[in-house]
Amino acid sequence: MRYHPHTPEDVRAMLDAIGVKSVAELFRSIPEPLRLARPLDLPPALDEISLLAELRRLAGRNDTRHPPFAGAGAYPHHVPPVVDQLLLRGELFTAYTPYQPEISQGTLQAIFEWQTFVALLTALDVSNASMYDGATATAEAALMAARITGRHEIVVSEAVHPEYRRVLATYLRAKHDALVTVPFGADGRTDLAALERAVGAATACVIVGYPNFFGIVDALPEAAAIARRAGALTVSVTAEAVALGLLQAPGALGADVAVGTFQSFGNPLSFGGPAPGFFATRDAYVRQMPGRICGATVDTQGRRGFVLTLSTREQHIRREKATSNICTNSGLCALAATIHLALLGRSGLADLARLNHGRARLLRDAMRRAGCDTVFPGPIFNEQVFDVGDAEAVVARLARRGIVAGAPLARWYPDAPRAKGALLCVATELHDPELVELFARETRRAP
Amino acid sequence: MTDPAGRKPSTERGDASAASADGATRGLVHEEPLLFEQGARGRTGASLPPAPAGLDPAQEIPAALLRPSLEGLPELSELEVVRHFTRLSTWNHGIDTGFYPLGSCTMKYNPRSSEALARLPGFADLHPLAPPELAQGALELMHQLERALSEIAGFDATTLAPAAGAHGELCGLMIVRAWHASRGNPRKKILVPDTAHGTNPASSALNGYAVVQLASGPDGRLTPEAVRAAMDEDVAAIMITNPNTLGIFEGHVAEIAAIVHARGGLVYGDGANMNALLGVARPGDMGFDVMQYNLHKTFATPHGGGGPGSGPVAVKAALAPFLPLPVVVKEGATYRLVTDARERPQTIGRLREFWGNFGMFVRAWALLREYGPEGVRATGELAVLNANYLRARLRDTFHLPYEADSLHEVVFDDQRQQASGVSTMDVAKALIDHGFHPPTIYFPLVVHGALMIEPTETESKETLDGFVAAMREIAERARTDPEALRAAPLLPFRGRLDETRAARKPVLRWRPGMKVE
Amino acid sequence: MEIPDELLYTRDHEWARRKGVHVVVGITDFAQDQLGDVVFVELPAVGDPVKKGESFGVVESTKAVSELFAPVSGKVVEVNDPLADAPETINEDPYEEGWLIVVEPADPGELDGLMDAKAYKTFVEEQD
Repeated sequence: MRYHPHTPEDVRAMLDAIGVKSVAELFRSIPEPLRLARPLDLPPALDEISLLAELRRLAGRNDTRHPPFAGAGAYPHHVPPVVDQLLLRGELFTAYTPYQPEISQGTLQAIFEWQTFVALLTALDVSNASMYDGATATAEAALMAARITGRHEIVVSEAVHPEYRRVLATYLRAKHDALVTVPFGADGRTDLAALERAVGAATACVIVGYPNFFGIVDALPEAAAIARRAGALTVSVTAEAVALGLLQAPGALGADVAVGTFQSFGNPLSFGGPAPGFFATRDAYVRQMPGRICGATVDTQGRRGFVLTLSTREQHIRREKATSNICTNSGLCALAATIHLALLGRSGLADLARLNHGRARLLRDAMRRAGCDTVFPGPIFNEQVFDVGDAEAVVARLARRGIVAGAPLARWYPDAPRAKGALLCVATELHDPELVELFARETRRAP
Repeated sequence: MTDPAGRKPSTERGDASAASADGATRGLVHEEPLLFEQGARGRTGASLPPAPAGLDPAQEIPAALLRPSLEGLPELSELEVVRHFTRLSTWNHGIDTGFYPLGSCTMKYNPRSSEALARLPGFADLHPLAPPELAQGALELMHQLERALSEIAGFDATTLAPAAGAHGELCGLMIVRAWHASRGNPRKKILVPDTAHGTNPASSALNGYAVVQLASGPDGRLTPEAVRAAMDEDVAAIMITNPNTLGIFEGHVAEIAAIVHARGGLVYGDGANMNALLGVARPGDMGFDVMQYNLHKTFATPHGGGGPGSGPVAVKAALAPFLPLPVVVKEGATYRLVTDARERPQTIGRLREFWGNFGMFVRAWALLREYGPEGVRATGELAVLNANYLRARLRDTFHLPYEADSLHEVVFDDQRQQASGVSTMDVAKALIDHGFHPPTIYFPLVVHGALMIEPTETESKETLDGFVAAMREIAERARTDPEALRAAPLLPFRGRLDETRAARKPVLRWRPGMKVE
Repeated sequence: MEIPDELLYTRDHEWARRKGVHVVVGITDFAQDQLGDVVFVELPAVGDPVKKGESFGVVESTKAVSELFAPVSGKVVEVNDPLADAPETINEDPYEEGWLIVVEPADPGELDGLMDAKAYKTFVEEQD
């Protein structure tokens, strides 16, 4: 076994030093009846050549030849090879949480840079070191809002990602906080009149997607104004963070907390995980934030350095009174996003965002020519809902061509307008005009 | 930072005054400013096709919702970005750099074949909503990993959904709550030993449970008497880490489980220390009803300086209906994800978006396939051998607060060094100057000045001998020259950092003109 | 370690000083020393009620959180706001500049149950 360096002589010498006769003797503190008397029932060991072959076999049973037209919370984007090559620096990817700052300055400075990117893109003051994903970040934002306001009702737009809302419901159930869902209107945006009615003195926060699940740039400023009048916080949820290169930052539109995922930066789809959840808020709430936070300081010689700070919020110190139980987060995924954002930079991010928006409009034009119009008229970023007649049938048919066609809305919104035909599709820098045309053609074809 | 002409400092060192007080680059250790403190207007490391002509976003999106500028973002060439992160990496200690005996974190070698395999396009480029017929390989892998994890810990079913160990605890306790609720009363309390990780009480509280702390016995183990005294019909579960954070097997676990079960409670296993038991003993055979794994510990998925983790939860059959969604099912020769609660009416629901940290599943499965049953068992045995070897060779030098047998880790303290005014912190920092990552310090809380050492099975005898020599030398220095130890570490890129200052005047992000002095 | 004679003390290491009809509250030299560098204080607002023996705030070092327990029930009439920006004052001058709150006691007789300096000194020595 190449990962076990022990020779029989090593084992002998070590047992002698310990003063026992056998390895089995080291386990004498485990009562005999509790020991396993048989070999584990696992598949037999493989050498590296066989291992690679076996996992290539499994990978080969997944069809990824075309970039998917499904987004819905996981976005196909170009990851420059340099991102992954830097990520494989062993000093970075084989390190643990930076508990010893003197020998973790690389990780710590990178976290500080991540926090800065998140703060800049959301136009909020502070960010933490990352969350598990966008859905749990949303749930943690709701719990934080309840702590800050002392209120226990969470109001969420139905146009927020349905999986995020389900996770929110799971988290809130244990705490007995109430979840109120506000419908969306015919334009695909949150129904503001319904929101106005739902928000009141018990509301801890209002949660709005930005862009929302339908790809639409939702009415965040209006929703934030309604929340503010009621003394509630506003939480914006962004699953497609490339949009923040084009759209006004949530913090500039009234969001008090911005959450979501930066998967779109530097992180592959990987069947939905891992990806870096993000969490940003205003300075005033920093001590109520969940998760690790990195801060700048100086060393004994006055040189700038970084440490994990404000740790008294966390589970290892405050235990049952901690702001969250989160410990390990998505550090390496956040590093991937940080590297990608560094490469893109000011102009690259703006270009990427415009390119995505432009590709989505090419897709819309092609789909309209193919007889499939959009379901919602609201403004979009790079994702939109088309009426394709029978969405599940289109998904099944395109699957035979190796194309992931999109997310049929009826799976989550059986009562939505034109639900049967509604297919949520994304177009990014990976969907060139030829592929877009092919997709529209294939969608139109009668079964 | 940006001046009116739009120039940013463009020397390699950037703004030295911002980087450090005496920001000198020495030898091959480079000072490196923040991304935001270098570069020049107009640079980029991106290469993208042009946006389609004539499609201005302002035609569709209201002006108030368009971002006027992305000021503040860096402007760097690809080489500048490569140098930046390469330099940062050299300030870090990873497993690849050297020994990393961080107790309870199981810092073992991260196999490179696992890394290569997780990057296969068939895995990395797979969309979570791909129709199942396009994702059979991923689903088969998940199904096999679920079964293997159930077998290794002795349970009937496993969910891969939780994103990390603490998330797994939350999941497991939600299952506990749902099971009790289905029987009419969710109960109110969770029993947590004083040696537990802080995540245990925090996860309990997040689940709406009150925490009752149990004192461990004089030999470092939980006693049946303590559990019996605390156990009543309001207790939903006891959380036990086995072996515990002292590295000691909870020998009374079966009796304790019986006490808890007799009063209708459940037994939760924190699987953080599962490395000690691999192939040797199974929590499911000791009375545990539910347990979370930490794949980044036991199955060597890289921790990456803070995650991602993966915290699968294994349960006995009675709890299986409550598992979160999705669940992978095999129907004939094909696999499918159950995502609809109507198929699983008792499920606790969704715990995160999509299906779990799939990239970590690939890595863990690759390692398990290479190990096979013998390799899994050898892992547990050699992890315990290494810890006991360190214990035997260091116990004359450092005080051992608990005499009970150690499994995969050993906890010393600083009692013998206190006379010369040297603390565990000083020992830890001195180890850095010897090229080692310090052990976990000041945990578990029941040991004053704890030094918790977990070597793992992937370390050679020579590495352990080197560590022993360093620890002995430090102990000797503590007697002869304690002042020198208190100044450690002297050799890394930065000396001891002022954590008080960081917390009093938090600077949590870069802003133009940022100065930290 | 300093234990001023004129103050009264709790078993949770708060001190109380009579000031006219009011009571000034802080933490002792022993408490600040045990805690280490104070980095953050969370105090009630003027007008908030406090209850004897119950938590009215927290004081934090980088690695520990300590609850603050009221030596007397009543209403907060003054709060040491500058501590928010200079929490180190609690370490530097726990009995004067580092005071925390001023309480208007509901029942000044409650102070009678507290320790005097001599009793507190003995209590602290037993703690060590």
